[in-house]
Amino acid sequence: MTDMIAKDGVEAETVAAVKSLSGKYKYGFSTDVEIEYAPLGLNENIVRLISDKNEEPEWMLEWRLQAFERWKQMKEPEWAMVDYPKINFQDIYYYARPKSMSEEKPKSLDDVDPKLLETYAKLGIPLKEQALLAGVEAPEGERKVAVDAVFDSVSVGTTFQKELKQAGVIFMSISEALKEHPELVKKYIGSVVPQSDNFYATLNSAVFSDGSFVYIPEGVKCPMELSTYFRINAENTGQFERTLIIAEKGSSVSYLEGCTAPQRDVAQLHAAVVELVILEDAEIKYSTVQNWYPGDENGKGGIYNFVTKRADCRGDRAKVMWTQVETGSAVTWKYPSCILRGDYSQGEFYSIAIANNMQQADTGTKMIHLGKNTKSRIVSKGISAGKAQNTYRGLVSMHPKASNARNYTQCDSLLIGDKCGAHTVPYIEVKNNTARVEHEATTSKVDDDQLFYCRQRGMDEEEAVALVVNGFCKEVLQALPMEFAMEAQALVAISLEGSVG
Amino acid sequence: MLSIKNLQVGLEEEDKQILKGINLEIGEGEVHAIMGPNGSGKSTTSYVLAGKDGYKVTAGSAELYGNDLLDMNPEERAAAGLFLAFQYPVEIPGVGNMTFLRTAVNAQRKARGEEELSAGQFLKIVREKAKSLKIDADMLKRPVNVGFSGGEKKRNEILQMAMLEPKMCVLDETDSGLDVDAMKLVAEGVNALRDGKRSFLVITHYQRLLDHIKPDVVHIMADGRIIKSGGPELALEVEENGYADILAEVA
Ligand SMILES: Nc1ncnc2c1ncn2[C@@H]1O[C@H](COP(=O)(O)OP(=O)(O)OP(=O)(O)O)[C@@H](O)[C@H]1O
Ligand SMILES: [Mg+2]
Repeated sequence: MTDMIAKDGVEAETVAAVKSLSGKYKYGFSTDVEIEYAPLGLNENIVRLISDKNEEPEWMLEWRLQAFERWKQMKEPEWAMVDYPKINFQDIYYYARPKSMSEEKPKSLDDVDPKLLETYAKLGIPLKEQALLAGVEAPEGERKVAVDAVFDSVSVGTTFQKELKQAGVIFMSISEALKEHPELVKKYIGSVVPQSDNFYATLNSAVFSDGSFVYIPEGVKCPMELSTYFRINAENTGQFERTLIIAEKGSSVSYLEGCTAPQRDVAQLHAAVVELVILEDAEIKYSTVQNWYPGDENGKGGIYNFVTKRADCRGDRAKVMWTQVETGSAVTWKYPSCILRGDYSQGEFYSIAIANNMQQADTGTKMIHLGKNTKSRIVSKGISAGKAQNTYRGLVSMHPKASNARNYTQCDSLLIGDKCGAHTVPYIEVKNNTARVEHEATTSKVDDDQLFYCRQRGMDEEEAVALVVNGFCKEVLQALPMEFAMEAQALVAISLEGSVG
Repeated sequence: MLSIKNLQVGLEEEDKQILKGINLEIGEGEVHAIMGPNGSGKSTTSYVLAGKDGYKVTAGSAELYGNDLLDMNPEERAAAGLFLAFQYPVEIPGVGNMTFLRTAVNAQRKARGEEELSAGQFLKIVREKAKSLKIDADMLKRPVNVGFSGGEKKRNEILQMAMLEPKMCVLDETDSGLDVDAMKLVAEGVNALRDGKRSFLVITHYQRLLDHIKPDVVHIMADGRIIKSGGPELALEVEENGYADILAEVA
């Protein structure tokens, strides 16, 4: 099954259908559209080409080139507990876009290539302006989700533009934002994750092709959930998206991010940067369900996922909540962080990381307490099965001025079988003696008695494992918006298939 | 309906024989009780019937309505109609009692090729049954058995049994740890399920429960064997004199 590669539309559909029946990776189909690639490899010309394709202002190109110069001097980090073949950065395409999105960009979603739209339909992503994501039974009133769909290197379209505009909310691809609101992008890009932050962030700064841009004006509660759906389709292509969200004073927004990729034998690189700027009394809730193709049982193929996500709580009482469900990718390297600069600002991090078969996940968070009375909370649930390795890596840092700062960390690991591993690496720095840090960690195994109890009541083994694991993850699942909670729950079950018996 | 013949069982990990040839025939609608000293093999019998890992059947058979139980996995046995009320019900953190029940009910319905219950249908039935067992809404929402008192856990087992409507109910010391009122509730719960077809195997140490649930047959188990069977009066005899006389009688 796993070495079946979809070549054209019909086959791809068959593969998808079979996959969905067998319950394995459901999103492994590929879409047969004509793709326009930049030449293979990376050099200054590629950086110029990307900037040119996006018709960017001059300063943006300069910024990219600067990043590229720095990147050339940098070395790939090796401290994470992940092991993968060396990436040949010259053997990757840095830009791929469907031809239909090229010369004349579709003016509205109605003009987008039906094949692209069909891809999103198959993935269950609503690009029609319908009220809800597919699969949700009972709506609680009218809930709407606006979607920005990113396909390989370009944004295909963004829904609910009109309604959002009325509320004063800007939600568009970052390439469009560079044209329509260059001053906003210029003011904030790189202000949370500086160009030279780390190897992958610097690479992203040089070659990012698209991503989402969100601006919530002062005092505005965003009238609907915003979401971006990333899809890698083209072979051998890296995806480097850049997301920038700004919440002005007293505003709030809930943003969801989803990702999938076709099933391919060759590993693919994904290196994203997400920057959140949160001003006084503003609040951002950022949720991710990451379901990139994880590779097969033997560790062949899959996405290498190196992501830098950071929130800067610049104003007093600013609040950020990161929630992530990480089920996919062959390798995950990701530490959504909170800089708690404003007094009384708050950061929360809720995470479920599942690693099955040969998957490796090294993920966690950083809570940097700079302001007084800042509060942070970390709830991490790591699940390992098969031969997978799952590491929680977290830093809680209380700076000298962070008087009365508080952190609570709870870090639970669950092992399924005896060939997998769970590791917890907490770093704690306290430079203010009124600050308090609490850390609790547990490691447990899925209990045979629990499984037997469930099975005696009629559940099969996989259902029983899914139930017990979902129970283990409950606190985090509850932190997700309703639409994602159900999807995430199902995903937990799917990702653990084949982990028992 | 339940037919156990010469069932011999040892441990998988070590060389230890626990059941040394159990014979038991329970007919449709009958209630049988098993009594016996600690460690005689009562719980082991119930676990082996339900398909728990760690035991090795070395001889004999167990059939439910002619189906070979020993050849099925635990969930197949459950779907075939076997229910075990555990001596020590297991806690499952984070999983709501109601979610657990619904998943179980629907898993069995699916396995039997029946339609799954909708959320609404399920809720209606569960509320009704919970009420008669004095299980309040809060207990239905809480995680399965977590923080439940001993008595609450046992009542919860009976609720599961009522919801799953099994053909053959095995109750392992469901009366232990219950106060007088709770005992009555549990007994009423069991009696409400007696419909002339459903059969029960009640493992207990006390005559008290058998006052409420009248058994047709009482068996005495000792050292992995059923050493004596009789009518309800056998339980009274145990209550009065303990096992010494019976053990001496067969020795
Ligand atoms: N997994 C096991 N490992 C080791 N010994 C076991 C195991 N299971 C059962 N035994 C032993 O088998 C014997 C029978 O145990 P069982 O639990 O069936 O007794 P019981 O009749 O239910 O006793 P009680 O009345 O105390 O509940 C005991 O000696 C017990 O220690
Ligand atoms: Mg026992």
